[in-house]
Amino acid sequence: MTRVIKYVFYDILRTRFILLYTAFLLLSTLAMFQLDTDTGKVILSLMNIVLMVVPLVSIVFSTIHFYNSYEFIELMLSQPVNRRVVFLGEYFAVAISLCFSFTIGVGVPVVFYDTGASGFTLLYTGLMLTLVFVSMAFLSSVLTRDKAKAIGVALLFWFYFSLIYDGLLMWIIYSFMDYPLEKVTLALVSLNPVDLARILMLLQLDISALMGYTGAFYKDFFGSSLGLIFSSVILMLWIVLPVWGALRIFKRKDL
Amino acid sequence: MNIRSPLLSPHKMKDYIRYIFQSIFILLLFPVAANKIVVQQGGKVSSIKAALEQANPGDTILVKAGTYREGNILIAKSVTLLGEGKPVVDGDYKVEVFTVEAERVTIEGFQIANSGVSSMKDLAGIGSMNGHYLIVRKNDFVGTFFGVHLSGTNHVVIEQNTFKALLRSDHETGNGIHLWQCANATITNNTIRGHRDGIYFEFVTNSIISGNTSESNHRYGLHFMFSHDDEYRNNIFRDNGAGVAVMYTKNVTMINNIFDRNWGPTAYGLLLKDIRDSRVEGNRFEQNTIAIYMEGTSRTEFKRNIFIRNGWAIKLQASCDDNTFTENNFKSNTFDLATNGTMVLNTISRNYWDKYQGYDLNKDGIGDIPFRPVNMYAMVVERIPTAVLLWRSFLVFLMDRAEKVFPAVTPENLKDDYPSMKPYDLS
Repeated sequence: MTRVIKYVFYDILRTRFILLYTAFLLLSTLAMFQLDTDTGKVILSLMNIVLMVVPLVSIVFSTIHFYNSYEFIELMLSQPVNRRVVFLGEYFAVAISLCFSFTIGVGVPVVFYDTGASGFTLLYTGLMLTLVFVSMAFLSSVLTRDKAKAIGVALLFWFYFSLIYDGLLMWIIYSFMDYPLEKVTLALVSLNPVDLARILMLLQLDISALMGYTGAFYKDFFGSSLGLIFSSVILMLWIVLPVWGALRIFKRKDL
Repeated sequence: MNIRSPLLSPHKMKDYIRYIFQSIFILLLFPVAANKIVVQQGGKVSSIKAALEQANPGDTILVKAGTYREGNILIAKSVTLLGEGKPVVDGDYKVEVFTVEAERVTIEGFQIANSGVSSMKDLAGIGSMNGHYLIVRKNDFVGTFFGVHLSGTNHVVIEQNTFKALLRSDHETGNGIHLWQCANATITNNTIRGHRDGIYFEFVTNSIISGNTSESNHRYGLHFMFSHDDEYRNNIFRDNGAGVAVMYTKNVTMINNIFDRNWGPTAYGLLLKDIRDSRVEGNRFEQNTIAIYMEGTSRTEFKRNIFIRNGWAIKLQASCDDNTFTENNFKSNTFDLATNGTMVLNTISRNYWDKYQGYDLNKDGIGDIPFRPVNMYAMVVERIPTAVLLWRSFLVFLMDRAEKVFPAVTPENLKDDYPSMKPYDLS
């Protein structure tokens, strides 16, 4: 499998997109640190990048990459190689290169400017979201043979988790505002990796506000080690389950 | 011209001479140098009570190191009690340690420990009723129910003491410094921890609270009611259950205090209720759930304060009017201002808001377009607390932008017309 990963990795480097992405992240992060002396505000702006741009780039890039390497995959499968090895090789190569870009582009400045716990939470959530959306991209890629359709599905995933889901959640909160909703919303938040990542960041940035009202409930939950394990496990599931489903489909698929 | 000094008038002259003679006569009645009585365990005088028995008004009682368990010590003469090497006076969890009945008493340098706890009487480390001119200095209060409990006592000085309550449940903990119906009190450089209210003022006028640290108290760091014309400056209020409350008062001055980490659903850095003609200046509010909560506050000036990393910097209820907010710095707060009405009766001007995104074409340091500090989502969270969960999501960002373009929920006229482009240099 390492060999497959290596070849795919070289292939990704050759398209130069990943280098551009790294440069974009690095430049924008550095620019933010240069423009603002308050690291709290910088982390806040970076959080928007992590919650919006990183998932979008991850999912679109992975989907396009999958279709671009269709011929390579077909070639590999004509050899005596297990389908699982080829598929996971592709997945890990894409995931590793995107994580690598994120670590260089955002991680290095964040560590360099010494932003403490909030910086590390930012890196952690960014890497997790990258992996989650790469997984979803692979799922959308195996769902259909048509490249345009797959990109559409991928964008829909992104749109759903970034915006539509929050709209639904707000509608639920609004409709049932007279009921105790803490536990229900907690469960609903787990169904969206972007929200989960956002709340982990909120605990770093808006801790004072979260201490008020019902916010204290989330603070107690997510702030404890149990909550950290819970959110990590949920994010892991969001990474593993789509890949696992995609792999199942890919194994049986008529290419 | 007729210049006559009043001193030269023969009539007045007589008065003065009589005064001088009277004064000399009175002074002759007392020994000029006050006596000093030394209390030492195993010495000639071995208890504070015995020393008080012997003492004449004006005497000094020097208490050497040791532990004194004498029950309730009643001070009915104007004496100075001086502890040497921090003698411990222990109330054995039963009584009030010192009860001061005379005026002009000084208690200095003791460790005052373990007063009784009662729900009927306010037992204290030092209690006094009408003991004017009391001085309490450099004492350590450990495990007292109330630390200092004064009523009807004017011109007291309480300075450089430490108060540390035992870990008990709320109703078994009294206030650190409790003043009721006093005037001209001076409370400086004390440290108060773990009490119910750190400092409690009710009907206390013309007093100064300065340089104190009040932290980790169950309820308020400072609790202030019906106490007019007071001033508190350079105090630190930190980690208190409900922060600081100032209620039903006029002419209070609050300068250069620090309000820090008052966290919780009902915690306020500063709770202002029915306050008028007051001044809040140069304070620092950091990491409070709500930095300032105002209700029924009128004609109060908020100037040169720093609000940093609070949940809500200011919650301005619609019952407030004629207040002015100028030259404050608002930085990294989740919400800068929240309100529950649409009427605008307060002036907000020339503040620095880190969320301001306007421009300054003429380079005069003042932004050219007004800043609206009320965030639309703050009003949503006000109604539905659970909605705080969606804060900083893309959806909320879009809603906020839409609201900025067409204000529908937020009061349109609540704005800072002259926002500062740069933070003020406050420290």
